[in-house]
Amino acid sequence: MKKQRPVNLDLNTIKFPPSAISSILHRVTGVAMFFALLFVIWAWAVSLGSEEGFNNVQIIMDGFLGKFVAIGTVSALTYHILGGIRHGIMDMGYWEELESGNTSANVVIGIWVVLTVILGVALW
Amino acid sequence: MVTNQASIKRNGIQDWVSLRATALIIALYSFYLAFVFITTDISSFAIWQGIFASLFMKVFTFAALVSIMLHVRIGLWQVLTDYIKPTGLRAGIQYVLNLIAFAYVAVGLFVLWGV
Repeated sequence: MKKQRPVNLDLNTIKFPPSAISSILHRVTGVAMFFALLFVIWAWAVSLGSEEGFNNVQIIMDGFLGKFVAIGTVSALTYHILGGIRHGIMDMGYWEELESGNTSANVVIGIWVVLTVILGVALW
Repeated sequence: MVTNQASIKRNGIQDWVSLRATALIIALYSFYLAFVFITTDISSFAIWQGIFASLFMKVFTFAALVSIMLHVRIGLWQVLTDYIKPTGLRAGIQYVLNLIAFAYVAVGLFVLWGV
């Protein structure tokens, strides 16, 4: 039997809709933050433990690794909160249609990028 | 309904409500912490310790940590059930991750205790 099914192997014509990107970002940022907490809670515990620990953490936070993790973690948190607010609004019955859902996803991603740039400039 | 309420099986409505209730606490704590970081010049150990010295901050921090534990319990399960199909492997990973989440709360408790 010959199957007459459409075949689309042109990857340039296939892409995730914004709502799908928004969904996967929510998951990625959530999982990333879970592991970032290993560093955050360690730094928090050491810096509150003693004056020496505070000074050590301050040195780390001034270095590349500390700044990279700090900006990455806060950026992930920013997206996760923005995406969470979008979910909350969807819980109330808005933005559930194809068009409005994609628009809100684009807006959330846009706000996130702007806030991350501001955050990056402020913390670096 | 009565058997539902009394059962220890997973309950979708309970997960749905817990996820949002804990999310609210974590978000409020995040905003408060951001406010503290912006308005305070944390230049010395004494100032840094002073932030977590008040009973309010200790309770708020601990509530946020417990919320994170409950929130990731549901969130990580949602992610893991989608991507890791063998039940035994998924259960093993969940066991370890939930243990880490508990460790976050335990570390938080003892750190706050010492401040």
